[in-house]
Amino acid sequence: MNNVRNKKRANKSLPFFFKDEFKVFSIIIIVSTILLISTFSFDTVPPILNRGIQPATFPKGLLVLIIVLTTLIYYLSFKKPWKKEKKLPKNFFLTLLSFIFFIIISKTLDFFLAISVLSVFVSYNWGEKRFFYLLLVGIIFPFIVFVFFEMILGLRFPQGIITNLYYYY
Amino acid sequence: MDNLLLMMAPLFSSKLLLVLLFGTLFGLILGVLPGLGPTTGGALILPFTMTLDPLSAIVLLTSIYCAGTYGGAITAVLINTPGTPAAAATCLDGYPLAQKGEAGRALGMATVSSTVGGIFSVVILVFFAPILAKLAYEFGQPEYFALAIFGLTMLASIGEGSPIKNLIAAAFGILISTIGKDFMTSIDRFTYGINELSVGIGFIPVVVGLFAISEMLTQSTLLHQVFKRVALKAVKLPSKEDYKKTWKTILRSSGIGSFIGVLPAEGGTVASLIGYSEAKRFSKNPEEFGKGSIEGIAGAEAANNAATGGAMVPTLALGIPGSATTAVILTGLIIHGVRPGPDLFREQPDFLYGIFGAMLIANILFFIFGFFGAKIFARITLVPNKILWPMIFTVSVCGTYSLSQSILDVWIMLFFGILGFFMRRFGFSVVPVIIGLILGELVEGTLRQSLVIFDGNWLMFLTRPIVVTFFILSFIALIFPLLKKKK
Repeated sequence: MNNVRNKKRANKSLPFFFKDEFKVFSIIIIVSTILLISTFSFDTVPPILNRGIQPATFPKGLLVLIIVLTTLIYYLSFKKPWKKEKKLPKNFFLTLLSFIFFIIISKTLDFFLAISVLSVFVSYNWGEKRFFYLLLVGIIFPFIVFVFFEMILGLRFPQGIITNLYYYY
Repeated sequence: MDNLLLMMAPLFSSKLLLVLLFGTLFGLILGVLPGLGPTTGGALILPFTMTLDPLSAIVLLTSIYCAGTYGGAITAVLINTPGTPAAAATCLDGYPLAQKGEAGRALGMATVSSTVGGIFSVVILVFFAPILAKLAYEFGQPEYFALAIFGLTMLASIGEGSPIKNLIAAAFGILISTIGKDFMTSIDRFTYGINELSVGIGFIPVVVGLFAISEMLTQSTLLHQVFKRVALKAVKLPSKEDYKKTWKTILRSSGIGSFIGVLPAEGGTVASLIGYSEAKRFSKNPEEFGKGSIEGIAGAEAANNAATGGAMVPTLALGIPGSATTAVILTGLIIHGVRPGPDLFREQPDFLYGIFGAMLIANILFFIFGFFGAKIFARITLVPNKILWPMIFTVSVCGTYSLSQSILDVWIMLFFGILGFFMRRFGFSVVPVIIGLILGELVEGTLRQSLVIFDGNWLMFLTRPIVVTFFILSFIALIFPLLKKKK
């Protein structure tokens, strides 16, 4: 009982910059402000070509609206704090890491290989240890999808070590 | 009479019938699988529609829409997890009834009420879409601007979650649409020297990212969740007693669903919640709700399927989508060179009535498949996530890449996947982003053209009665949630 009370107290006394509301508010405000500043570097058109408003005006208006509304939800969160979210599990970060692998491999080695590596990595980390199923998600299925897209849509996938072999033969 | 014959055209074309059969089956599979749904499925299949003629392509997408919306009920009843968000209200009574050993009865009612709701909404579509299209002839640029604003405020107001967060998401969606060359002056905006960005950000990478990839991340956090499955012997048609109990609810929810569908909101999701709560309000036995009430199932299911036809009304008549899935259908129309709006009704009635007919047939087809095949479809949920989601990732990557053969689209998809996950985690719905993205060009274009017409005088908007009406309705839509809170 005492533990629960202590935990509750700990949450309440959490510094404001650790709270989800503040994190979300800060990220939106920072990104919007950077984008807003960048709109000032957009080219302008002479009045004769100007269609109603300058090209930068509309995005500027939207960004100001986003900043105002974000400030409003942050203000409202003082009255009604957001529900505290559970900590993200290890599998989430591993899946996120697989996206990074995917980007690196597809950029440097091969698109098909990147899909295979991600599929096997995700499937394995999510609990699949059977070899046949790893083969299925990592090689058999991606190969079928590749051939299907290539034959039906006449798609040309980006060049890479495996893709080049496929196109060569 | 001519229109009726045009509606029956899909029945006399073996190709269209085949497309309808495939679309309905595929839609059911998508609907049954939690996390997928007609929006993601429609977006993934969009590249393949390029190999079809425009009518077959849209028939495929609409049949996926109709069947996918119903398919969610099967999982809702049997494993207490809605296959689609629109089936969330079905869980409330479907699963408790299934636990009492009446899964067949629950699914039978879900199937019948979905079919009735779907057919009702097609009738609404056939009658109201042409009327709305005729009205749209009165619309100039300022009216279209006001209508788009009204749509977005409605989306914020009655959509799922906080209205302010929905507005932020919609504004963000519109902001994405401004990336690339300005369509009026060809000046680069937010491209930061990346040439590929000058054509803007495609709709498909954003949809697939926000729905499929973010769901994959969500599934990675739910790996230890165990579903309790209820065994299903066979789907049973509702008894006379059940019909007596529910016919009024089904009709009421069909009306509610069609109306909600017409409004640009989250289509079936909102419709089913309102349909369910209205069924409870009018019921003689409201205490049974949440414990396995047959009226609860009928109310939710008739409403969410009725929203499908309703959502197609503004999509076809005005080019303004009524839900996330109709936004995908709208993209399909544009990709195939079909411009929705009043001219479509005048110039291509055969195309339109072909779609109406296909939707009608899709509703009958999913009734047959649902009735005889629910047991088989329920087995699809046995495919473990550790195999299913890597496969979905493969299809998502290839599908996204295929539309413009750009690797940048794949990066954009991953970016929106991660963004979508955190948006959902912190209570921001992703649907307004999709609608904002698709309406962005319309909102900005009509605003700027209106200002050209008005010689830069913003007050001139207030001289147009239709514009003023839409602005007042938008204002009401915005203050409605505040008033509701105060009550």
